[in-house]
Amino acid sequence: MSLGAPPTERWLERAPLLGRDLVNGFLPAPLRWWVDSLVDAALVLALFGLLFAFLTLAERKVLGRIQNRPGPNRAGWAGVLQPFADGIKMLTKEDIVPRAADPVLHFLAPVALVAFSLLTLAVIPYGRHLVALDLDAGVLYFFAAGASSELAVFMAGWAGRNKYALLSAMRALAQLISYELPLLLSFVPVVMLAGTLRATAIVAAQGGWRLGLVPHWNVLTPWGFVGFVLFMVASLAESNRSPFDLPEAESELIAGHLTEYSGFKYALFFMAEYFGMCALSGMAVTLFLGGWQAPCRFLEFIPSYAWFAVKLLVLLLGFIWIRATLPRLRMDQLTRLAWKFLVPLALINLGTAAFWHLSAGWTGLGQGARWAVALALIVIPFVAMGRRLSAGLGPRTYRYAVP
Amino acid sequence: MNAVLLGLGLFLLACAATALALRNLIRSILLLVGIWFGIAAFYLWAGAEFAAFAQALVYGGAVSMVVLFAVLLTRRSHAETEAPPAPAARVASALLAGGAVAGVLVAAVLRTPLPAAGGPPPFVPVRALGALLLGPHAAALLIVGAVLTIALLGGVVLAAGGRAGAGKENSP
Repeated sequence: MSLGAPPTERWLERAPLLGRDLVNGFLPAPLRWWVDSLVDAALVLALFGLLFAFLTLAERKVLGRIQNRPGPNRAGWAGVLQPFADGIKMLTKEDIVPRAADPVLHFLAPVALVAFSLLTLAVIPYGRHLVALDLDAGVLYFFAAGASSELAVFMAGWAGRNKYALLSAMRALAQLISYELPLLLSFVPVVMLAGTLRATAIVAAQGGWRLGLVPHWNVLTPWGFVGFVLFMVASLAESNRSPFDLPEAESELIAGHLTEYSGFKYALFFMAEYFGMCALSGMAVTLFLGGWQAPCRFLEFIPSYAWFAVKLLVLLLGFIWIRATLPRLRMDQLTRLAWKFLVPLALINLGTAAFWHLSAGWTGLGQGARWAVALALIVIPFVAMGRRLSAGLGPRTYRYAVP
Repeated sequence: MNAVLLGLGLFLLACAATALALRNLIRSILLLVGIWFGIAAFYLWAGAEFAAFAQALVYGGAVSMVVLFAVLLTRRSHAETEAPPAPAARVASALLAGGAVAGVLVAAVLRTPLPAAGGPPPFVPVRALGALLLGPHAAALLIVGAVLTIALLGGVVLAAGGRAGAGKENSP
């Protein structure tokens, strides 16, 4: 957690600092760092563990409502105890390890996946004074830890000695590698314009409002909006969420690389998926949606971490909504979308961001021209590439069914 | 501080020795990835934060996948990932060559006058690193980029040529 806080800040804003001082204020200085780090880690684990539990419930409830059914409603009032029932079920289920499997790797794969996805949660600034690890290369750390999860997916597919699991793992890796590139390219403009890889500095650079109403968030600029959309699409694919959930595709592929997993190890994979989704959403909030900053000046009385939580929950709800709405892509459509559309668009967006940076001094009519040029730099390639990509796919003709 | 370095060194050596001793290629590769992460940890210990995360991202995330894909796409079955034990002559020559290289390296390290370590490692912010890379070292960076791009294009040409040749062989 960061150290100093101006005394004029509201009590709720300073609450994390006060809480920290209450816990380790009486300890000698060398011990404080250790206790501080342990408390931070425990808090992140507890909060995101609970968020994971209730996110699964929210997902099932929201999916249920969208499909016109009630969703889980038996365990506890309106089904609120369902996640705990699921947890107990998963813990008590038999853990089956195939005889031919590699027992060490079979065990290590889910553990490594959860560990890597937890590591990413450390550098996200959750509030003005709430960041577990404020690294100078924080954003790079985030993506380095995230990229390592591919290794765990491979281990899971290979360790079970099942050719279907191995093939699925290769498919999953092809998908993860394809979407790693647009994911990395989409945040480069943010780093270019903020001039730093430190997550807290990127949030600070988005502070302030025009006329006290319109925030300086990156998503409200042409390059930032494109970057945000690209980041979210790539995040969907990176966290194996619908419509990019081909790696497990439970209705078609006997759960892909998870075929040989059961019991709590299987649950760990899901836990890692939700942690990854939360981490990527948290990073999207940090990079594009102003982090913990309030949307208007007069709303600043609400503590910063509450704003972060609201933005994070809205993005997570978006993930669930998309899952309920869009059908799954085919493998060739998936890779074509990444390499022929997202990557070129992300590269063009770099040029747009450079133009935006160089034209920062334009005033008056120049501002209008700046917006017009930046929008043209984005819209024209978008339309041109979109048409090329969907050429020949024309309107569907129904030969046997009445539309 | 030195205990951390010693532990890290022992971990890297143990990983390397086990990777060489194992018969299973995939396990060896996973240990190699462990070594890459160990090197990233060493960079972190030395205060080179940026290099450490770049090492983890590039080697742990990308190069490891290339190596794994290469092994799995060139082997037909699980059994083929098990390498047969090497003949004694080969083991002896490998030990001889490895020992010679290790001897040269150790001699070079022992003969180099190293400045006495004092104080904490210097902290270079990422911004200063970027200015250095794109300022005085821009030419070197461009040359490395060009060489890697040429290597990539060469790889694509080789792969495409192989496929075209295979297509002709199969056609009636």
